[in-house]
Amino acid sequence: MPAIEILGLEKTYEVGFWRKRPKRALHPLNLSVEEGEIFGFLGPNGAGKTTTLKLLMGLARPTAGAARILGMENDDPRVKAQIGFLPEQPYFYDYLTARELLRYYAHLSGVPSGEIANKVSAMLERVGLPTSAADVQLRKFSKGMMQRVGIAQAILHDPKVVFLDEPMSGLDPVGRREVRDLIERLKQEGKTVFFSTHILSDAEALCDRVAILHLGELRSVGAVAELTAGVRGKVELIWAGTTIPASLKALGAECHATSDSVRAILPEEKQEAAIEALKRERLRLISLVPLRSTLEDYFVQQVEQAKPAQAMAVRS
Amino acid sequence: MKASHKVTLVAAGLLIVCMTASVVILQRVDRVRAGATLEEVLYISSPKLLKRLSLGYDGLLADIYWTRAVQYFGGKHHEGAGEYKLLAPLLEITTTLDPHLIVAYEFGANFLAPAPPNGAGMPEKAIELVENGIRSNPDEWRLYYQLGFIYYIDLKDYAGAAKAFASGARLPHAHPFLKILAAQMAQHAGEWETARMLWVSAYATANDPEIRANAAAHIRALQVDRDVAALDVFTEEYTKRAGHPPGSLSDLVAAGMLRGVPVDPLGHPYKLGADGRVQVADPDNLPFIQKGTPPGYVPPKKPKILPTD
Amino acid sequence: MSGRIAYIAANTFREAVRDRVLYNLIAFAVLMSAAAVLVGQISIDIERLVVVNLGLSAVSLFGVVIAIFVGIGLVSKEIDKRTLYTVLSRPVRRWEFIAGKFLGLAGTLAVNTALMAVGVFGALLYVSHHFQSSDGWVLVALYFIGLQFLIITALSLLFSTFSSPLLSSVFAFSLFVIGSFAEDLRGFAGIVRGPTHWLATAAAYLVPNFSALNLISSVAHEQPISGQLVLYNTAYALVYTGMVLCGAVLIFERRNLK
Repeated sequence: MPAIEILGLEKTYEVGFWRKRPKRALHPLNLSVEEGEIFGFLGPNGAGKTTTLKLLMGLARPTAGAARILGMENDDPRVKAQIGFLPEQPYFYDYLTARELLRYYAHLSGVPSGEIANKVSAMLERVGLPTSAADVQLRKFSKGMMQRVGIAQAILHDPKVVFLDEPMSGLDPVGRREVRDLIERLKQEGKTVFFSTHILSDAEALCDRVAILHLGELRSVGAVAELTAGVRGKVELIWAGTTIPASLKALGAECHATSDSVRAILPEEKQEAAIEALKRERLRLISLVPLRSTLEDYFVQQVEQAKPAQAMAVRS
Repeated sequence: MKASHKVTLVAAGLLIVCMTASVVILQRVDRVRAGATLEEVLYISSPKLLKRLSLGYDGLLADIYWTRAVQYFGGKHHEGAGEYKLLAPLLEITTTLDPHLIVAYEFGANFLAPAPPNGAGMPEKAIELVENGIRSNPDEWRLYYQLGFIYYIDLKDYAGAAKAFASGARLPHAHPFLKILAAQMAQHAGEWETARMLWVSAYATANDPEIRANAAAHIRALQVDRDVAALDVFTEEYTKRAGHPPGSLSDLVAAGMLRGVPVDPLGHPYKLGADGRVQVADPDNLPFIQKGTPPGYVPPKKPKILPTD
Repeated sequence: MSGRIAYIAANTFREAVRDRVLYNLIAFAVLMSAAAVLVGQISIDIERLVVVNLGLSAVSLFGVVIAIFVGIGLVSKEIDKRTLYTVLSRPVRRWEFIAGKFLGLAGTLAVNTALMAVGVFGALLYVSHHFQSSDGWVLVALYFIGLQFLIITALSLLFSTFSSPLLSSVFAFSLFVIGSFAEDLRGFAGIVRGPTHWLATAAAYLVPNFSALNLISSVAHEQPISGQLVLYNTAYALVYTGMVLCGAVLIFERRNLK
């Protein structure tokens, strides 16, 4: 049984004051996430990632379609006990302390009263909040600390599926590393993690599978390796001197000259022709390195492809 | 969506139940309270303080009290209560809050002064009210007119009435009949013509429907009084000529004294009572009449003087 | 279920307290003390009257302002700042949230009113030097004022489920003013004819009936309050509040959170 099933979920808003025009935030989306997966939900800003998450959480009602989590309808209260949610740029009751907040949420999630104190302390430790901070009012917390509290409230009731919207935002590199480790640990514990982000390197490192969303439409789904395999690779050439032969430019190379060398990046299949060109010009080749295509390349490619369609949509 | 639908249904159903219940309970509450808000008027010992407390909304508050005064009078009148003890304080508060609400003074003159059940029976209070009105509105001829009215009709003080009408006549935009009325007072005070002139002028100049209806009733009553007096003369004449009283007014017609049996202002023919005196067919609908009532007639507690009667 | 509502209510109460709402009591205490002392100087036998009038009016006014602004502020803040996201993604039903918020706010106002009542009775004691039996009616009047707060809190909650804080305050305050003249509105509806009659009648019955709950001046003149009225008013307040809360639940159930 898939952990998350999104079946034709769609959301259209009415915009405008007098003549309401429909604005499609999400085209019908079909997606399925298996248990124990770390699933990345990628897309540029405004792609509809947060909208999807809101629909999944029941915070907004879909115009059409349905979603199932752990086999049950997403607004079934039994489901809510098994999921955790970290919203984007979370804001919590700032007059509460971290400990009070987590206890409040634990009660609301139905954690047995006897266990709450222990669970809360364990959670604070797990997300890296020092005990000194536990009893400080949240209004005094930094963004990073707030983010940690947010993650704590999402997992404190031991949910089976965890939804995170931009979990790394506001964190410094050390913090980001900690969150990545935390997500991996969650997977090891058998949980399913569904997180949205626009930081592709994190997704590339963590996710089993990703989906790319753009302008409310799903562009592609699959394992990272599969997706990037299709992208044409590039090679990096470095030669001595500062000359940039015209023939190399004609091959479509991007060249950067430094004081004593030139660095060029060009498509993989052109590398033979490039080496020949350098030989003809009597330029000394210093290095030739294949660049692994990244998820970013794939992502940008998907987004670029969408541009003509987007232009047409705007005109109509 | 099933759980959500259930909640929607329950909430909608509960809402309708609660709404119905609230309406039912409200009606009970209104019955228990029954004019209690108005009773509180007795506790406002200082209308001036109220005016100050109303923070510039005194005009609105005056309108609210004016509406309450009208409804109070109408309500008590329909009950046949025969007393209107809250009318004076209500009008006092209204006019303190808005001293330029002329219609309130007029209402007081018309319904505070007459004796119950037609009014509150407080002519002195009515005079006090109108005189306050004159102080705040020295150029308003209508108030002098009302003052004269009270003196004439309720206090039978013809000199006072003459003085009031004369003062009013001196004002720049005074209605011309004020001068005429002043003259009438001086010479023909107790006469029928004067009274009729007064009520006709009241009817013609009043805007308030209740005051107009009251005036109309008085005009009808005056008409009846004169008709009955005239008919009595004819019946006496008949008795003298025929040697016995007429059996009915048709006899007078047969004798050639009348062209037809005359009708009262309501359209009902006059008739002869058992005692040989002329009577109206339906005295309940003709308040204020002094002649033409059957012997032992008791006027109703709820005289038909308002347009809603 | 009731556990969750209780936790939400307790949390709301805690927020109000930490938001220093109850500090208004200091202003109230100052006002009452000053009034009591001043009035004590005037004497002429109306001290009790003035203290009851002033005290109850102040309780009413302070309470209404708090009920409206705090009520609206707390809920709008939640919807605005998205603290709701993490609450509603838990097994909390939307209607439980409304119920819990209402109980928390009502509890705050109850505590506030109780403390203000102590203030009023304190001032009364100061000017009269002893309690009298008619002071019992003051307690009943305070109870009625409390019922008003219940209704206003529910109305504030209703408006904040769909309207901005500013508009909600305007609506709630308008209903407070109109509701205070509800009896006049019903009288007016009785007189008017035609389509206005139906409109006026509907409005007159929908508007909260605060005229029957505003017994300040009659209590100041030591008039008794009938037990029937207490019963009916209590029933009315409960039923009206229920109606308004159902409306809030219906709206909130369908609402898309931004």
